[in-house]
Amino acid sequence: MMNEIMTSQPSWLNVLKFTGLGVALILVVILFVTYAILAERKVMAFMQMRPGPNRIGGKLGILQTLADVLKLLLKENITPKSADKLLFLVAPVIAFAPAFMVMAVIPFSENVTFANLNVGVLYYVGISGLSIIGIVAAGWASNNKYSLLGGMRAAAQMISYEIPLVLSLLGVILLTGSMNLNDIIKAQDNVWYIFTQPIAFVIFFIAAIAELNRGPFDLVEAESELVGGFSTEYTGFRWAIFMLAEYFYLFAMSSLITVLFLGGWQPVMFLGFIPGSVWFALKFLFVVFLFLWIRFTFPRIRADQLMELGWKVLLPLALANVFITAIIKEIFFR
Amino acid sequence: MIRTEEMLLNVGPQHPSTHGVFRLVVKMDGERIIEATPVVGYLHRGTEKIAEDLLYTQIIPYTDRMDYLSAMTNNYVYCHAVETLMGLEVPEKAEFLRVISMELNRIASHLVWWGTNLLDLGAFTPFLYAFREREMILNFLNELSGSRLNYSYMRIGGVKWDAPPGWIEKVQDFIPYMRKQLAGYHDFVTGNEIFLNRVQGIGKYTAEDAFNFSLSGANLRCTGASYDVRKDDPYSIYNRFEFKIPVGENGDAFDRYMVRMKEIEESINIIEQACEQFPKEGSILGKVPKVIKPPAGETFVRIESPRGEIGCYIKSEGKTKPYRVKFRRPSFHNLQILPKLLVGESMSNLVAILGGIDIVLGEVDG
Repeated sequence: MMNEIMTSQPSWLNVLKFTGLGVALILVVILFVTYAILAERKVMAFMQMRPGPNRIGGKLGILQTLADVLKLLLKENITPKSADKLLFLVAPVIAFAPAFMVMAVIPFSENVTFANLNVGVLYYVGISGLSIIGIVAAGWASNNKYSLLGGMRAAAQMISYEIPLVLSLLGVILLTGSMNLNDIIKAQDNVWYIFTQPIAFVIFFIAAIAELNRGPFDLVEAESELVGGFSTEYTGFRWAIFMLAEYFYLFAMSSLITVLFLGGWQPVMFLGFIPGSVWFALKFLFVVFLFLWIRFTFPRIRADQLMELGWKVLLPLALANVFITAIIKEIFFR
Repeated sequence: MIRTEEMLLNVGPQHPSTHGVFRLVVKMDGERIIEATPVVGYLHRGTEKIAEDLLYTQIIPYTDRMDYLSAMTNNYVYCHAVETLMGLEVPEKAEFLRVISMELNRIASHLVWWGTNLLDLGAFTPFLYAFREREMILNFLNELSGSRLNYSYMRIGGVKWDAPPGWIEKVQDFIPYMRKQLAGYHDFVTGNEIFLNRVQGIGKYTAEDAFNFSLSGANLRCTGASYDVRKDDPYSIYNRFEFKIPVGENGDAFDRYMVRMKEIEESINIIEQACEQFPKEGSILGKVPKVIKPPAGETFVRIESPRGEIGCYIKSEGKTKPYRVKFRRPSFHNLQILPKLLVGESMSNLVAILGGIDIVLGEVDG
């Protein structure tokens, strides 16, 4: 769909279409974010045996997030006196922009892909790595020691999980022979990669939690240690932008896991009559739930232990996985 | 040439993990702590000085506010000191009520510690589980004393209220429930790999260090030294009950965790036995004179609070007000080893170690 617009003659109509589709996507994602936050709080409440938000918007708290966003909009925007003003202002934007950019390559159903790139996987990994710059910049610009520690942790953490994350992807790419996310989904019409690449899935999932800065890898925020980490000095909507980026990544990462390991919009056998987008949504929601579940079950890991896990456990495992996959492919699927 | 710069970091007094208004001035090299200096006194209310100007009975509510998580033991140590000074006899039923309420309070206090320590380690859910059970205990104590936190339940020579009808039975019903929940806690947290990595071998010290720094309670017992005032210098009616003193081996944060968890178990055992032997008849207040005027002299008593050995020294000149009251506050003494433990640790371990000591700022600052 998008490719047609891209390859056709430039015209105002195309500009309009292009903008409209972009706005539609951002609306869908923002809607997701609104209810992901509510779902997170409800799931958390369920696991902790309490009702959760139940005042605004009936028993289910349907309007709770809306109220929270309104509250954030009304908050005073404070810039610390000794902060690096420009960087402090720009950092949330740097963190947020890549979070939306990565969504362009994700195929949500058979024919909804915004950019059918041939290097889709590489694009995702490359662009999502940019967000860290925003976080480190925020930590530096705030001129607060806790923020600085948070920013430093973000940088150290990013190096140690990003490499196993990329290496675990290699197994999938080897089996498919393509970095195009659509091709990867099409290659899974018989069996999903979660079954043929279980080790890669586990490594990718762990690294993904670290990438999302969610518990048990939420060292960057670590409210019990660093107060608020990089976002300590942020207030009002600038803080909200950071949170928005975090939930955008939750959306993107869950989609990516669905695409890479759970067969994307491919239906479960015999149930092909249900549209692909529904399948995608179901699998996607399951992955989101997994993220929430893990967050509320585990204590936080220590920064040096995360690095140890990344370098000494995940990296060798990912390498071994690539090696074994390559051998199997060479012998059996020539 | 790359060089690093030392950073002076103020942890507290408004840090989420200092459990109140405790302040630590930490000198850091990156994330490694070079030097830590605790600053206490933000919650100092001068309890001991105020007490010099109060009648003996009026001091009881002030003791609640010291260690607000286990007000019962504080009540008891003060009342016990005055009783010792006056040579008062406490009726058996009152002693039973005191023991049951103190042990319930000990469980409640350890539950708060369990929840908040895990909160420090980044696990949010256990906190709410712990508070669910604590809520039940607080309801029991509320029924008994009319108050949820600052009980002021004990009086010189006995207790204020008798157990309401059916209260003992309710506590007895709670015992198997609490045992089941405790097993659940172990399933949920104790075996968790991340948790073990966070606490094993962290904040280690030997029994000798512990004695030198005058640590007590779980902070001492985690090193393998078996010292519990309830056993070694029995007060009240503790010698009638069978219970063990759990000890650790390595003196690390994990052993402190296990010792406290086992202490909850032992407290349950004590409550179970006390409820079985609970006398139906009897008075709850001994023969106490209308005006409490201990004879001139001094006394020091000590008991085992959830945080360690809490002591009370009273010097009387035979007047209606004490000449001097002094409390040995275990949290304050337990905190002394902190600067030594923190050197060379990271910010994450700081939180784990501080949480493992189990301080209550009301008690530290007095």
